[in-house]
Amino acid sequence: MKAEVILIDRPDVMQLHDMTAHRLELFSSAVQAGFPSPAADYDAEPIDLNAYITQNPTATFLARVEGDSMIGAHIEPGDLVVIDRSLKATSGRIVLAFVAGEFTIKRLIDKPDGAYLEPENPKYKSIRINHPDMGRIWGVVVGIVKKV
Amino acid sequence: MTTTLRFALVDCNSFYVSCERVFRPELEDVPVVVLSNNDGCVIARSDEAKALGIKMGMPYFQLKDLIKRERVEVFSSNYELYGDMSRRVVSTLSQFTPNLEIYSIDECFLDLSHLKPEEVEEWGRSVRETVKKWTGIPVSVGAAGTKTLAKLANRLAKKRAEAGGVLALHTAAETEEALRKTPVGDVWGIGRQHAKRLQQLNVTTAWDLSRMPDGWVKKNMAVTGLRTLLELRGQPCQDLELETPDKKNICTSRSFGRPLTELCDIEEALSTHTVRCATKLRRQNSCASGVTVFLMTNRFAVTEHVYCNSRTIQLPQPTNSELELLPRAMHLLKDMFRPGKRYVKVGIILNGLVPASEVQLDLFSNQNGEKHSKLMDTLDTLRQRFGHHALKYAVQGNKNEKDVEEEKRAPWMLQKKFLSSPYTTSLKGLLRIKA
Repeated sequence: MKAEVILIDRPDVMQLHDMTAHRLELFSSAVQAGFPSPAADYDAEPIDLNAYITQNPTATFLARVEGDSMIGAHIEPGDLVVIDRSLKATSGRIVLAFVAGEFTIKRLIDKPDGAYLEPENPKYKSIRINHPDMGRIWGVVVGIVKKV
Repeated sequence: MTTTLRFALVDCNSFYVSCERVFRPELEDVPVVVLSNNDGCVIARSDEAKALGIKMGMPYFQLKDLIKRERVEVFSSNYELYGDMSRRVVSTLSQFTPNLEIYSIDECFLDLSHLKPEEVEEWGRSVRETVKKWTGIPVSVGAAGTKTLAKLANRLAKKRAEAGGVLALHTAAETEEALRKTPVGDVWGIGRQHAKRLQQLNVTTAWDLSRMPDGWVKKNMAVTGLRTLLELRGQPCQDLELETPDKKNICTSRSFGRPLTELCDIEEALSTHTVRCATKLRRQNSCASGVTVFLMTNRFAVTEHVYCNSRTIQLPQPTNSELELLPRAMHLLKDMFRPGKRYVKVGIILNGLVPASEVQLDLFSNQNGEKHSKLMDTLDTLRQRFGHHALKYAVQGNKNEKDVEEEKRAPWMLQKKFLSSPYTTSLKGLLRIKA
């Protein structure tokens, strides 16, 4: 049997990380009479896809995609997009923007005459943002989650 | 003379409103209010709503005309969303110091002892900007030598536009000015009764209070009042509470969506509250020695007799098993229930809490203890993963509290007509975006 102690330290402070409770394993290999496991010293955590998909879970939000304007960037209807608010939206990044009363995902391109939100589907036109009131960046898209 | 700035209070501006606005940016300059459970009264207002004269606690039905005329956006309280956004704010703040106390869903005290006094304003601005960028929530920062003064500074930081949301009370003169600008009733820890009494004695501001003799305050406002007094003068009496002490009793109660007359409806509600309450009990690894159930009709009804009752029993052995708690709660309810009345609220209190580890030592008198505790562990795991609706007792009924459509909800369930989506806690509730 595994002997485990679950450390619930400062439950309120840690709440966000509580999803995966802090477990301190006292004996990580089975206590048995036979030969100890040769893997015991090579303990590794299982792969955490959350950590792969975002560096900063506190500032990361998910959204569901509707529409096909970013199909060229493999963002398709039904996909989940992963948005990190803590990143700086620099030219060339795919962003979630709020323009003319609507959320939209586009590629941000800085040009001499203003910032452009560019679709990646020839059916759509790019949007020029030449005044701060026209729109704002909500966050930077850092990943797409698809089910196949 | 400069004081050491020991504490900062970070407080989210109109927190519930701000949470809704993160996912509805078009509401940025629009009056917004959030209603209490059951859409009863206003519990959060945007500045625009405040400017329309909407006060905290105003009943929704009184505001219907104004809301329509001024196009005020109305939301039911979405605690799933607010809870998650609150965790995000706290987690962002914990980047700035490991020593923080979560005071409420929208306030944290932070330790400042690692900063030089001249660094505090810059630090405060950085806290504000980071929280706003990461979570979308605007916050204000008040810094001072004591928690009571930090709270007071925070209030002024919100009021003074030129403060830019950050106010630190460095000098005795700054502190005095702040105290003079704060009505005594707005001081942290001064309740309505004390405020009234003090005003009668011509003590109208925090400054007046800080000049009161210790003896008088101790005699009339007890030791907590004295603590407030000393803290107003800059003497720290309270440190950060980094660990939340375990609760001595736990309560779960809700008003019904509409008045109920049938016992079976109230049983559904009470059993659901009992399961929630027992879940909270197990989360802090405690067992309860007693159960109290209370039941009430509308206290403000003019045409009906008011009926308010509660019953308590002591358990033979402290427990956190729903199988033990449920039948007892149901029994207490039946005992109190009188037909022909219109009930508005039921609740359960689990009291005499003791650590579960102390109870389990007593193996002999509790033959089912281990079986129950394994079962409860399993229930907790399943419910955490699949939600509370996944596994229920028959007495709880088959309606799901997460269903929004009127016809799918049980009559006891809270009314949430203006509920926004659980944008951050459910795949079904996510923001939908036109790419």
